[in-house]
Amino acid sequence: MLITQLKSKETIEALAQGKTVIINCHGCKEVYFAEHEADELQKDLTGVTQIVTTDYICNPDNLKLQLKKHMDVINAADTILVFSCGVGIQTVAAQFEDKKVYSCCDTYPLPGFQGVTPLNVDCGQCGECYLNGTGGICPITACSKSLLNGQCGGAKNGMCEVDKDMGCGWERIYRKLEKLNKLDNMKYEAPKVRNYHNPNAEEPTI
Amino acid sequence: MRITELFQRGEFVLTAEVGPPKGVELDHLIKDAHEYLKTRVHALNVTDNQSSVMRTGSLATCKVLKDEGLLPIFQITCRDRNRIALQSDVLSAALLGIENLLLLTGDYTTLGDHPQAKPVFDLDSVSLIHAVKRLEEGFDIAGNAVDGAPPKFAKGAVVSPCSDSVDVQLAKMEAKVKAGCEYFQTQGVYEPEKFIKFMEQAKQFGVPVQLGLIIPKNVGMCRYMNANVAGVHVPDEMIAELQADKEKTKAGDTGVEICARLIRECKDYAQGVHIMSLGWENRIPEILDMAGIAPITPAV
Repeated sequence: MLITQLKSKETIEALAQGKTVIINCHGCKEVYFAEHEADELQKDLTGVTQIVTTDYICNPDNLKLQLKKHMDVINAADTILVFSCGVGIQTVAAQFEDKKVYSCCDTYPLPGFQGVTPLNVDCGQCGECYLNGTGGICPITACSKSLLNGQCGGAKNGMCEVDKDMGCGWERIYRKLEKLNKLDNMKYEAPKVRNYHNPNAEEPTI
Repeated sequence: MRITELFQRGEFVLTAEVGPPKGVELDHLIKDAHEYLKTRVHALNVTDNQSSVMRTGSLATCKVLKDEGLLPIFQITCRDRNRIALQSDVLSAALLGIENLLLLTGDYTTLGDHPQAKPVFDLDSVSLIHAVKRLEEGFDIAGNAVDGAPPKFAKGAVVSPCSDSVDVQLAKMEAKVKAGCEYFQTQGVYEPEKFIKFMEQAKQFGVPVQLGLIIPKNVGMCRYMNANVAGVHVPDEMIAELQADKEKTKAGDTGVEICARLIRECKDYAQGVHIMSLGWENRIPEILDMAGIAPITPAV
């Protein structure tokens, strides 16, 4: 069981820039998703061209199939807002390399499991989703050291010092932000420090 | 004294790295430091369980060196301590009169001799620099006030000018400067043109950078670094140079010549040199002589 808690209305409103497509995932019965609250909030957002409510977006093939009939609207959109667990957001971000894909939820463990499809992306259920600043690639799970402030000195040819078959998470984040023309995202006001005091937040397993 | 004072005075700042042993016999390290380093470098970096191999601690070794009249730089990594222990050790350093810090994320645990250990990485190099700066302002990272006069350090960090993703490294360097980093030491450089190009971009940050050198001991070491050590690349011509005269290389003379040449070629673009000799401390005076760098008057 896990909880996907909506980010604040102000945060979500700030993310909905230009033509916006919303993707809701109501897949897992194991996820407590605030459906009613999400519906209410989405009604007030401006610029929304399409709301797609579907299931199991963590499965890339399923996601592709479910979005097939909406592709014209999605291609014309500036922003995609995803209401799902951290795995779902990363799957959508990976599918739409050139789009701004934003997370509208923070994911907490309760404890249990997330997105049921076996994948190479993972959600650390940290309760303070970083995906909006990192191009939809999770620094907690894509970086062996779960670093929040950029690449360590251990990457060689874009690969991680811990596992030579694993791409450096921060190299991937940097390249993605570069592609989105969003490198300023990495210029934080103050360095990011993780809050382990989040309710039930657990450390990611590597 | 803080080595930032030397940079401010416009000195070409020289440092060397020493590694505490796995054990408490420091006689050899102290003897070498007096014999080869005291009049040749301004300060000595003391590594923190380098390469994730458990050894005697950096802070205790710094204190021993300080008592010997040498100027230590306390290297701190985020691998083994959470934010409570890191800040506590920084305050302990101030208590012991250790004023120079080099703040690092640290190698991963599996690279060393305790691969089963829990990797911590509660903070990283950037947030650790920020934490030290907050302590200097009289607060810990949680916002609690620190009693009495706050400590003051020279806060250093590292950067890899010859990384295959130098743009990603520059972004991290910028974050470190913004967090309060006051000087940089680089990863080992073997390609002067890459270093010079890097420095042209790095000078916008207005923070002094010391050229990092790892003495190339032999061909095997260079090939190993090329395959395994991030941010280090020994070009083929240099490997050929080490291969050319096997006796000379074996005697260490080729490595010494290469380092001296690298210093001469990069000197005008750097604000100092940092030598990682990996046990060859005795060759450092020769390297500096050949590079035309005169002995110094010890700072403490």
